[in-house]
Amino acid sequence: MDVLYFAWVRERIGIPKEKVETNATTVMQLVEELKTREARYEVAFSDLSALRVAVDQELTDFDAPLEGVREVAFFPPMTGG
Amino acid sequence: MRVVVQEEPFDFGREAQDFATGHNNMGAIVTFTGVVRDADKGGMDRMVIEHYPGMTQKALEKIAEEAVSRWDLGDVLVIHRHGELRQGDMIMMVATASRHRVNAFEAAEYLMDYLKSRAPFWKKEYTADGAEWVAAKDEDEDALSRW
Repeated sequence: MDVLYFAWVRERIGIPKEKVETNATTVMQLVEELKTREARYEVAFSDLSALRVAVDQELTDFDAPLEGVREVAFFPPMTGG
Repeated sequence: MRVVVQEEPFDFGREAQDFATGHNNMGAIVTFTGVVRDADKGGMDRMVIEHYPGMTQKALEKIAEEAVSRWDLGDVLVIHRHGELRQGDMIMMVATASRHRVNAFEAAEYLMDYLKSRAPFWKKEYTADGAEWVAAKDEDEDALSRW
């Protein structure tokens, strides 16, 4: 699946988008998997209360299932308007 | 209903005029425009708004559709910019048309509250000291609970 990062999450991880092969069944499992990769992921995902997640371009929660999902995006709380 | 996400400036006067004409039996038109102000600490040179291209349009349409389902509205307009902006530039506007003003005002406030914390935009402010992401405010999240 495609994993996208925005705003300071993108800056901390260092890329806007990557393809991830995973057996994770929930967003939380995907996060745990990413955190084991490298320190920059560990840092970016250190405080999940400061993060929001969208699955297939819909806002959701970290316990959302990943079956059949094509795109997951992580970003800080939004500041539009 | 019209929802526009764009980098280029929009003409507020023309948009408001176009929106306010051509509706049948709409007694009230409300418009709101957000304008770039200085950073809280001052000295802002520019602001850059990042967004999530695949999601932004859909998220805004969902918010506008929800407003239409909750209030007696004849029409809704949402325009939101991204990219580089400077102080005094217009970031976004909403407009609502209704038979009566209470619905038009309330729906415009609802749209603004949801645009602030449910549409995928992130503001970054550039000052002489460097660049900082604007932090979401607790009161923006709290504002949603009144709806």
